[in-house]
Amino acid sequence: MSFVRDLQKVLRQNIREYGMFIALFIIMAIFTVTTDGLFISSRNISNLINQTGYVAVLAVGMTLVIVIRHIDLSVGFLAGFLGAVAAIAMVFWHLPVFAAIALVLGFGVLAGLLTAFLVAQMRIPAFVATLAGWLGYRGALLLATVSTGTIIIPDQTFNDIGNGFIPDIPGINILPDIHKLTLVLGLIAIVIFIINSINGRRKKQAYNFEVLPANIFIIQLVFVSAVIGAITWVLAGYRGLSWTAVIVLVVTLIYDFMTNQTVLGRHIYAIGGNPEAAELSGISVKKITYVVFGSMGMLSALSGVLFASRLQSATTTAGTLFELDAIAAAFIGGVSPAGGVGKVMGSLIGALVMTSLTSGMNLMGIDISLQYIVRAAVLVSAVIFDVTTRSSGK
Amino acid sequence: MNTPILEMRNITKEFPGVKALNNVSFQVVEGEIHCLVGENGAGKSTLMKILSGVYPFGTYTGDIVFGGDVQTFLSIRDSEKAGVAIIYQELALVPEMTVYENIFLGHEISNGPMVDWNETIKRAGEMLAKVKLDVNPEAKVKELGVGKQQLVEIAKALSKDVKLLILDEPTSALNEDDCENLFDLLRDLKNHGVTCVLISHKLKEVIALADTVTVLRDGQAICTLDASKGEVSESALIKNMVGREIENIYPKRDHKISEEIVLEIKNWNGYSPLLGRSILKDININVKKGEIVGFAGLMGSGRTELALSIFGNPDGYRLSGEIFVSGARKQFNHPQDAIRSGIAYVTEDRKGDGLILIQDVKQNITLANLTEISKRFVVNRNAEVNVANDYKSSLNIKTPDVEQRVVNLSGGNQQKVSVAKWLFVRPNLLILDEPTRGIDVGAKFEIYTIMNKLVEQGMSIIMISSELPEILGMSDRVYIISSGRVSGELPIAEATQEKIMELATN
Repeated sequence: MSFVRDLQKVLRQNIREYGMFIALFIIMAIFTVTTDGLFISSRNISNLINQTGYVAVLAVGMTLVIVIRHIDLSVGFLAGFLGAVAAIAMVFWHLPVFAAIALVLGFGVLAGLLTAFLVAQMRIPAFVATLAGWLGYRGALLLATVSTGTIIIPDQTFNDIGNGFIPDIPGINILPDIHKLTLVLGLIAIVIFIINSINGRRKKQAYNFEVLPANIFIIQLVFVSAVIGAITWVLAGYRGLSWTAVIVLVVTLIYDFMTNQTVLGRHIYAIGGNPEAAELSGISVKKITYVVFGSMGMLSALSGVLFASRLQSATTTAGTLFELDAIAAAFIGGVSPAGGVGKVMGSLIGALVMTSLTSGMNLMGIDISLQYIVRAAVLVSAVIFDVTTRSSGK
Repeated sequence: MNTPILEMRNITKEFPGVKALNNVSFQVVEGEIHCLVGENGAGKSTLMKILSGVYPFGTYTGDIVFGGDVQTFLSIRDSEKAGVAIIYQELALVPEMTVYENIFLGHEISNGPMVDWNETIKRAGEMLAKVKLDVNPEAKVKELGVGKQQLVEIAKALSKDVKLLILDEPTSALNEDDCENLFDLLRDLKNHGVTCVLISHKLKEVIALADTVTVLRDGQAICTLDASKGEVSESALIKNMVGREIENIYPKRDHKISEEIVLEIKNWNGYSPLLGRSILKDININVKKGEIVGFAGLMGSGRTELALSIFGNPDGYRLSGEIFVSGARKQFNHPQDAIRSGIAYVTEDRKGDGLILIQDVKQNITLANLTEISKRFVVNRNAEVNVANDYKSSLNIKTPDVEQRVVNLSGGNQQKVSVAKWLFVRPNLLILDEPTRGIDVGAKFEIYTIMNKLVEQGMSIIMISSELPEILGMSDRVYIISSGRVSGELPIAEATQEKIMELATN
């Protein structure tokens, strides 16, 4: 009996954290039923993740920007423009792929620092400064593609980033239709997760802190492992992990670690919670603003690379509305517009929710006009859920 | 005896897990000044929120009888219509609007769909005359000092034909002059038939003003004292508020001041580009090891500005002069530099720029010194909980656990979290700006005890305070600051309230 009570307590205390996952699960389940299983097919899921990639990385960066009480409207066209720069660098300047990518990532950081200069140094509201960026980068994108129009990218390595998959382990003949390396990586992820969880629990016990009851802890381990396992299995059934998925996972894990575990992360949330108090606590609000916008610029460049690679070309309209998708993903993922609250992982889930809606409704053949309305409803309900659970939580 | 204008009978109000009010009965006689006192969390604000309809009828049990009728207020609008007006500690004025717009905000004088501005300005002038405030009704509220803003609030209440005026901690942000003004006004209003309920922590003003005092403690009405029968005295109030006798609210300590100078400021001048005027003039001060130095002075005299100019100058004043920390010349460009040199500053406005209310106790305590619990920039969150728990027990912070968000704590406990945060940077010099503002007697005593313990361990303290008894009770030496200058320095043996007031006002 106490087990059920413990479980209820854990669920109630963490409803906000689990809420997003549950919502995503429900949306996926509904589409699986309405499309006779087509939605959950390996091929569709794989596709869906690749489509999420370029918005997901933006949503991760946007999380931090909104947490420190700013906004960045320029990221969409910045991504489009830097995608075009990458294409030009490879096609016309004949730079090697990775040099081109490094170059645009560098440009991205510079663009972000420019925004930060306007916001932190010149004290221009971020909304205005980045609206100017939105206009400016849109012009820059048109300028970059003015003579050629769409720039076709012939480089196979570059195009694999958005379309390719990690190679399989050669020479194994068992399970011919299954991507073995993906399975192995999934297993490794499960093992690392379990070891980490057990270590964390041991450390807490060493400090004599309260930990989850053993049975609930085991259920948590089994549940998360099962979820990782299921995703791995679905992906392995098509062509395995895509390079986009790998990049998004790595970016999210790095940012998740940075925000939750490091001094920098703490300083970011402190500034979001109360900038004056943070400043008086010896935190340089200016410096952190530069870091956050710099990272946003770099992720915009990454998003541009992912999108150009996926289309295998740089187009004149690349990046249109990405910024709003990223902002919506962050809000769906539980980021508070008032600042100081929001998790990177939540925004990633938010981005997945948005793409799942598009993908599922496309499969069902729902008209685009209705799709927008449904997405609006989901955005609003997510924020309502967030606001109501926040006032009751501690 | 007059008839009661207000009778609250057997009021009980429960929040999840807490009984905020337990069967409280409260009676106010027409035309009196009735003070409501009690420690923080005793239930004073809750009781007034029930009366004003913030907690609507049905969320509590018991009856409110006002003006002879049983009332069922569902919102502030209902209570205002009946003639109850409440003025909160945090003023509810719109700074960018003019005085007259504020006075009639929410009940504009209109002529059909249009606001009649001429009539509004005229009537606003009448209201201002009633509260004896001599300002242009067309001035913006943000241009007025806190004391005058308070009077604008009262004018606003009077414009609504108020019968019962409730003031929640009206003097916590006022200097002595403004307080006196306010008291005169309240007595004047009383003579004109306005009944007044005053919530206050300052027992002196309660004694000066009250006809009747009701003491709340732990959600219960403990007693009602009648001033005309001589029942209202400081010791009686304190005894009933805390349920114990506090013989001396300023605890004794051994003064062990060494001759070693921790901080010295020479020829210190400051100009505020924001205000466009000079704010600090020719300041020369020093603080010795193990000493509590009091900064006395009126609100706006430059005490906080001086503290901030020492603490890394976050507001960007243009400064000249020299700072020496333990003999070494220093220049601080950011609070971080000051912290590294062993200086800590507990702000006067703990909610505004002190604490991060949406974060929990432990995160607030460790914020200014995260590096101590980090290894290669990764925060050890287990060590963090330990640090927070240590301060929770050593400063007696009343919270169920350190994961509690600070916004849920009472004022006194929030202040202790502020102090804990700055003790964790292990300073040599602690600057406390109004350390006991808005906190109750019991918590004050605890803060004083902590201060004494710290100086005994060799820390130095600068205490900025508007409460003269506190300055006299705690300091070893007092600097009096007036219009950005040090207008006097008194060893504690020579300091009296009169001398300080004289220096502060010249």
